[in-house]
Amino acid sequence: MRHHLLLRVITKLLVGPIILFALYVQFHGDYSPGGGFQAGVIFAVAFILFGIVFGLSKVKQVFPPWLVHKLAALGVLIYAGTGVYSLMLGATYLNYSAFTPDHPEHGQHWGILIVELGVGVTVAAVMVAIYYAFAARPPVISDEEW
Amino acid sequence: MELFINLVLFSMLVVTAVAILKMRHLFAVVMLSGVFSLLCALLFVTLDAVDVAFTEAAVGAGISTVLMLGTMALTARNEKMPRDFSFIPLAVVMITGAVLIYGTLDMPDFGSATSPAQLHLATEYLKQSPSDIGVPNVVTAILASYRGYDTLGETVVVFTACVGVLMLIGNLARRRRKDEEGAE
Repeated sequence: MRHHLLLRVITKLLVGPIILFALYVQFHGDYSPGGGFQAGVIFAVAFILFGIVFGLSKVKQVFPPWLVHKLAALGVLIYAGTGVYSLMLGATYLNYSAFTPDHPEHGQHWGILIVELGVGVTVAAVMVAIYYAFAARPPVISDEEW
Repeated sequence: MELFINLVLFSMLVVTAVAILKMRHLFAVVMLSGVFSLLCALLFVTLDAVDVAFTEAAVGAGISTVLMLGTMALTARNEKMPRDFSFIPLAVVMITGAVLIYGTLDMPDFGSATSPAQLHLATEYLKQSPSDIGVPNVVTAILASYRGYDTLGETVVVFTACVGVLMLIGNLARRRRKDEEGAE
């Protein structure tokens, strides 16, 4: 899409705010609508938009596929690991109150924050990985035919 | 006013659905399904389900559209015309639809205060979550804490979807084979 000047300029302007909004949705999910799933999708959209406009090779330089694949697994590990940590503290699986025994609410806040982070990382990485998988194959339709 | 908004949204939903059915040009169909998702998101907002609306707008209208466009770039742009009219699919759809509508007859009235959803767990969650968890957004509290196992399962499902896509069209095997050939 080298010839679409408007798209390129507007995409450059938009990518930053989109990522910022994703982080807001991620970490403000306790107080307002949103959470890991939505934040992950919005985060991925920033990279997908960048990839659509500037080309797959450019976005792969920013967010290389090996990192995407590792992050997809890392998110699940963060989530499941939180549960294992609460097991090690002697509580039931995924019982966040065990993190701060004298103030269970704080433990819940920490647990929810970490778990949502795991969800967000996995969802963002998976969306980008699926986009890479589709976009990396040679297209049947040329740019003009759309 | 709310009735008017609902009527407008639902009629636009039906119009979009009929347009999707009638169209053969898949690019327009993909765009219209994005519109369909956005209309659904608006309906969720009128039901005060902001979290669901948010997800529907981000996933249904955003990511799905991109993925469908990506799929289309790899396949075809126009739907094939059906070869001939066949009776069996129509009958199956009609019977399934009739059974589903029959099933809704048992459901509690819309917005009824005595429906099971309002009586058991929901009230418990609403009452307990300020003291148990202290997170102002109850949806997040239920999703990540009370229903932590479910959300863990959902995350694993998303991850599994990724693994599946990568194994089918991810080119991972080809890359490894190329590496091995290069090593030899």
